[in-house]
Formats: sequence, C-alpha cells, structure tokens
Amino acid sequence: MLEIKNLHKSYPIGDTKLHVLKGINMSVEDGEMVAIMGSSGSGKSTLLNIIGILDEADQGEYSLDNVKIKNLGEKKAAIYRNKFLGFIFQSFNLIKYKNALDNVSLPLYYQGLKREKRTERAKFYLKKVGLLDWSSHLPKELSGGQQQRVAIARALASEPKLILADEPTGALDSNTSRDIMTFLQKLNDEGKTILIVTHEQEIANMCKRIVRLRDGIILEDNFINQLRIKV
Amino acid sequence: MSSFMKFLFERDTWQEVYDSVTKNKVRTVITMIGVWWGILLLISLLGASRGMENSFNRLFGDFATNSVFIWGQNTSMPFKGFQDGRAVQLKLTHIKEIEDNISGIEILLPRIRNGAQVIRNSLSGNYGVNGDFPLLDKIQKKKMLNGRFINQNDIDLKAKVAVISEDIYKQLFEKNEDPIGGLIQINKINFKVIGVFQNEDLDMGPNSDVHIPFTTFQRIYNTGDRIGWMVLTGKQDFSIKQIESDAKLLLKNLNNIHPNDNMALGSFNLGKEFAKVTGFITGIQFLTWFVGIATLIAGVFAIGNILLITVKERTKEIGVRRAMGATPFEIKGQIVLESVFLTLMSGFFGIITGGWILIAIDRVWGQGDDATLVNASVSIAIVFVSLIILVILGTLIGLIPAFKATSVKPISALREE
Repeated sequence: MLEIKNLHKSYPIGDTKLHVLKGINMSVEDGEMVAIMGSSGSGKSTLLNIIGILDEADQGEYSLDNVKIKNLGEKKAAIYRNKFLGFIFQSFNLIKYKNALDNVSLPLYYQGLKREKRTERAKFYLKKVGLLDWSSHLPKELSGGQQQRVAIARALASEPKLILADEPTGALDSNTSRDIMTFLQKLNDEGKTILIVTHEQEIANMCKRIVRLRDGIILEDNFINQLRIKV
Repeated sequence: MSSFMKFLFERDTWQEVYDSVTKNKVRTVITMIGVWWGILLLISLLGASRGMENSFNRLFGDFATNSVFIWGQNTSMPFKGFQDGRAVQLKLTHIKEIEDNISGIEILLPRIRNGAQVIRNSLSGNYGVNGDFPLLDKIQKKKMLNGRFINQNDIDLKAKVAVISEDIYKQLFEKNEDPIGGLIQINKINFKVIGVFQNEDLDMGPNSDVHIPFTTFQRIYNTGDRIGWMVLTGKQDFSIKQIESDAKLLLKNLNNIHPNDNMALGSFNLGKEFAKVTGFITGIQFLTWFVGIATLIAGVFAIGNILLITVKERTKEIGVRRAMGATPFEIKGQIVLESVFLTLMSGFFGIITGGWILIAIDRVWGQGDDATLVNASVSIAIVFVSLIILVILGTLIGLIPAFKATSVKPISALREE
C-alpha cells in the first residue's frame, strides 16, 4: 500500500536549514491502522504531509499503491490526492458556508461526479457516520464531534485507498475522542487503511501499530494489541 | 481549452461561485459598491449629456448651423473722404460681388424686411413682412403645416403670394378655416396665402413673420436693389469664419469703409455659436467617459483588492479544497469567475439604477417642448461596451488574487490558523 525509503526533508529557516526528516523507512500494508507518534518537532506532521502529497520530500522514495510519488506537479498531485487519499484534520476544516451534505460532496465535485451521483454518495456516507438528519446543517450548528464525523464522511466519500488523520481528536473531549476512534476502528475493520498522527498514548493504543518518531528518525515501530472499547 | 470551456459552462462551477458569493453577503455587497457606482455614474452622466445634446439639436435643429448673417450699420471711422457715422446700405450688387469673388459659399441670400399692418376682413395685426427667395427654406428649414413655401415661379412672376406663420394664421383666420387661397392685405395690396409654417423652435424674435417673394417686396415697397441683410452658409470643407471675414472685407472695400472699422458691418455667426455649444457638450461627454471609466477602474481594483484580502482569509478553505483534490486551475478559475461574476453583477445593478436615474431625469427635465434634457438615454451599444469592458477588467483583476491563492502551498494553507 505504502512504501517509504530513506526519506529526507528539511525546511529553510532564515539562513540555515532545519533538517526535519532524516531518513525514514517504513511500509504500510492494506488494512493496517497505524499511529504515528512523537512530540512536537519530531517530524510527524511533515511525514504525514509528504504521505498526503501535500508536500514533497527532498530525497528518498515514496510510493503509494505502487505509484511513485515524485515530481508530480500541482495538477497531478491534486488528482492523486483526490483518488488515493482522504484527509481528516484536527480542526475539522469544513467549509463554513457549506452545509454538511455539500462539505461531504466536495471531493466528489473535484472528482467530476454528476450532482445526483454526488448527493447520493454523500448521503450514503453521512448516514454511515450517523448524521444523515443533519445534512442541511452548517458546521457551526454542529458539535465538535459531529463536525469531525462530517469530516470523516468527507474523507470517505471519495473512497480513498488511505485515510490520513492529523490529530483527529485533538480538538475533542475524551468521550467524543473515544467515539471517533471507535468509529475509525470500525472503518478499519471494514478494510480501510488508516494512518493517524497523534501525540496521545490513549489514541495510539487504539491503533494496531505504533510508529514512534523522534528528531526525524523512527525510534520504534511496533505492532500492538489494539485497545477496543465496548460501546 | 476544451477543459476550460467545460469548466466555464458547467453548472457546478457556477454553483460554487454562487455559493461563495451569496454565502458571504456583506463581503459581496461591499465589493460590488465601487463598480456599481462607476457604471451608475457612466450611464446617468452619459445619458444626461446626451439629453443636453438632444435638446440643443432640437433648438438649432431647423437652422443651418454653419450660417452667417451680415447687415449694414453705421461707420465708426472716416475713410476716403467720408465722415464717420455714415449708414451702410447693403445692395443686391454686393451679393453678386461676393458670389463672384469668395470661394466656399454654399448658399448666399439677400433678405429684406419691413414691419407692416396685415389685414384680413375685420382682423388685423402688425407683423414682419420679409422679402425672400425659395432657398431660404434650405437655411432656415420651414416646417410647413399647410401648402408650400415661395418658389422660383413666384419670384419670376413677382406674384402676390404670402407664406404666413402659425401664429398669424391663428390670429387672422377662423379656427379650422383653410388658409390656403385666403386673401390678406399687406400695404393695401391683396396677397394670396400659399402656405403656413410651424412656429420656430429657436426663438429668434416673435413668430409673426410673413414671407413674400423678394421681387414682390421690391415692387410694393419700391426698394430698388437695397437689401436688409444677407445670409450665407459655407460648404462642408470651408471655414465659415474665414468666409465671414472675407465677405466683410470685400463689403468694406465696396462701401468705402475703413478696413479696421469694426462697427460698420454687423454680423452673427451661428456656426461659431453652435460650435461653442457642441464643443461644450463634447467636453462634457469626454469628461463623463473619463470620470466613468476611471471610477470603473477604481471599482474593479476595489474588487481585486477585496478578493485579495478574502483570498488571504480563505487560505484555509483553499487549502482544504486542494487537499480534497482541487487542481490549481480549478482554484484559479473559481476566483477569476467570482471576480467576473461580481463585476458583472455590480455592472448590471449599476446599469439598472442608472436607467432609473435617467427615467427620473426624463420625468423632471425631459417633458414638454422646452425641456432642458431631451430623451436622456444611452445606446445599447454603450451598455454592451461597458459590460465587455467589465468582463475584461474583472478577469484581469481576478487573476491577481487567483495566482496569490495558488501560490500558497496547500500544506502551509492548512497549517494557517
């Protein structure tokens, strides 16, 4: 599914360069649920951005679903993002003037789907996250947990190979966090590959594998016994 | 190109633009004010100046606007043994001399006038009686209500026929009475009425004129070859001002007037007066275009400026859209379309409100025969041209925020809080 070899990335800071990723090697198979952990500055977000084709590595190889991701150019990157990836963000990043249904439809719009088809599919995924009744509500009329579930529906709508979640529970209280994680586990059970960046151990424990980063290198990479919470 | 056309004509593209524009109402309204105001100014000012032009044209309408009138006055300088204060009498022979010696003249007519009591049955009035040639109709267009103007035959026969004004008809004839063939008495001689003309729009004295053939006038008043004044018009490519001064110089020469005597001959150059007015109107129209276009450009820049600010505000939204798979082209396209949409919408509103203003102007100043602004309006062509200008400016100005929007890497856009 995902293959990373000797990945390097640095950012210019003034005259000097900040070396953020110093040779990352990892691979993720279909159906995995991986937590990428690390303190701030460990390079975990940078790694996620590169995996999400939002940023490009300076050096090293990255392939996604056997497609080499290298020098794509903005247009191709956009198409790949749309086809391969579903994003979930810490602050939900819903478009504030669009209702839940239109937010979920957005990636489908960029996929070029016809309106009826989009609405149909967006409704399907809103139902999946249990928010079909909230279709016509604007983000500000929804609770944080509900917003994140709309965002999850949006990430699912384009039927991506890989779901990337950047601190998906960072803005939620612990109960809601657990709900969201349980829901992601359910998606994983259905076969979705999920990558979660987090700094919370509890969240990481609910995944199947934890990759720990420190100072731009992988410190540990362990499969764990997934913590499941009975609902 | 084809993907561009597809993008442009897709309902969803416009739905996105529409959403973004209508869901941010305050921003939209503020953005639109500048262009709306510019178009409104352009339309209403152009319309008003057109109205002014129309009303001047109506005023001058029946007069050849390149005509000059010359008449004799009293000399103010002694010359060749003549004392000053001598009355200058223009004569038919002068007309002939001018015709032979001065180039560029289109029409040259002698005119002569006398005040006279005109009697019909028991009614009478004091009117101006003019001795005229048929060509007068070319210089001072007579709108005939009945009958005809003097013709060459009348001149040749020294016919006792008269053309009277509408006012005189009303005073001397019964209501609904056919004036043609009716007899009126001028200087105790019977004249047959052959035509009635509409009152002049340009108020050049009372509308109480009787026109009789020049030759008839000569005979009944025994004026010999004396004339009252002359009217001349210039050919297209000749300067009427030059013709005027040439003619006056020649007349001075023929009448032993000092070349520098500016009092001996009176003249009135209608062309000069008309040119002043038309120049004034052209100036106003130029100013209107200048102000209108400048305001428009300022308005469009305001739109660009606000879009630029909102692009900054929407960095995150744009980042999200790009994470969702929007290509830079789609992002740019949407912003340019928003810009064009906003400019066009404000343009439409400006045209509509400008139209209302023109309607109001017409109500207040455009009614009646002596309206100051006649038919204040703008042509459809001007409306189209300004809309096309708006689309072009909107596109150009939209490109700036569009490129700004996609110059931010999606990743930094998403990080922005």
